[in-house]
Amino acid sequence: MDATYELLKAHPFVGSMTAYEVSRLAEHTTPTLFAANTRLFDEGRDAETFWLIREGHVRLDALIPGRGPVVVETLGPGSVLGWSWLFPPRRWHFGAQTISATHALQLDGRAVRDLCDRMPELGYKLMTGFLQVVVDRLQNTRIRLLDLYGDAT
Amino acid sequence: MNLVPCRYRVESSRPETADTVSLTLVPVDTPIPPPLPGQFTMLYAFGIGEIPISVSGTTGDKLVQTIRAVGAVSKQLTSCRPGDIVGVRGPYGTDWGVPAPAGADLVVIAGGIGLAPLRPVIRHAVAARDRYRHVAILIGSRTPAELLFTDEYADWRRAGVEVRTTVDRADTSWSGHVGVVTTLLDGLPVDPEESAAFVCGPEVMMRLSAEALIDAGLPASKMRVSLERNMRCGTAVCGHCQLGPLLLCRDGPVVGYDHVAALMTCGEL
Repeated sequence: MDATYELLKAHPFVGSMTAYEVSRLAEHTTPTLFAANTRLFDEGRDAETFWLIREGHVRLDALIPGRGPVVVETLGPGSVLGWSWLFPPRRWHFGAQTISATHALQLDGRAVRDLCDRMPELGYKLMTGFLQVVVDRLQNTRIRLLDLYGDAT
Repeated sequence: MNLVPCRYRVESSRPETADTVSLTLVPVDTPIPPPLPGQFTMLYAFGIGEIPISVSGTTGDKLVQTIRAVGAVSKQLTSCRPGDIVGVRGPYGTDWGVPAPAGADLVVIAGGIGLAPLRPVIRHAVAARDRYRHVAILIGSRTPAELLFTDEYADWRRAGVEVRTTVDRADTSWSGHVGVVTTLLDGLPVDPEESAAFVCGPEVMMRLSAEALIDAGLPASKMRVSLERNMRCGTAVCGHCQLGPLLLCRDGPVVGYDHVAALMTCGEL
């Protein structure tokens, strides 16, 4: 548990949490190492987990008929992978696969939701953190929608 | 002030992407003075017109200029064949200011064809690798097929330069990073006190990159960006390239971000 706590505490996503809150989250955290090209989840499957990436890279992809899996975004160290566990219907919107060997902290979504119900302050910090992740990804997506390089001189 | 173009012969035309070529130009007459990294020339397609093009490399008196076909002149230039003659005026404008201070971390951020004017900086960093601490090149592109100078990345890496690439839209052949170029900054070792950043690409991309560098602790005074407007004369006479108090053909294209950050967010000046 101590080792898991230390790994969790070092991740930027939990930067605003107290030591006690981190220790409670650590109870539902499992350090994991995925080999390169490990399939983590597929679009449409039940989502009850999320990961905090420590090292390595993971791709998010969508399966497009006739084109195969198309990568929509790459996540690296310090990133959060997975928010579909937060809201019904709790199914993955995209697929995910490691690109390189990836060290991550795997959190049990159901247990974390229960913890948030019991500890609203922790829940608020967690939701704020996830909102920031969503906003960052939304902004990045908007920038890509601008198709900037198409107008480059 | 000599506004008469010098004749240059196209020695070779190298396709870089579907719409971009690099021309190697050899002087027919007296060559123009050697361009500094970041400077541009006015390239003249006889009978069509003249446009500003950054210099992406030099070898002796030879110029390498990388051109993307977007208008009448650039389309004519990109269709040039060996032996064709073009006009060259210049070099004009400000440069990237390399060498940077010894011992600095260098961060080069390029978007799309913005890698072309930064290539001389990269070549300098590769040649003077021992002068600097960490050298990182972050390259963003719309698609994998639109990445420039891909056959040089291995050489840059072998020289001890970190090269990170990303695309906005991947295809099934792409196993690299997907996302905006600023996400390549994650985890990059940058010492805010001892760093120099060089950014070139679409203006919004430069602004976002500069802001991301500021978030990483780098002062705006240590970032240089390359801006472009409608340059015509190249000699700060006609005023077409005015950006607020600046005439970018003279005061740019390379400017300190601390001097232009406010100008880059104005809709109209």
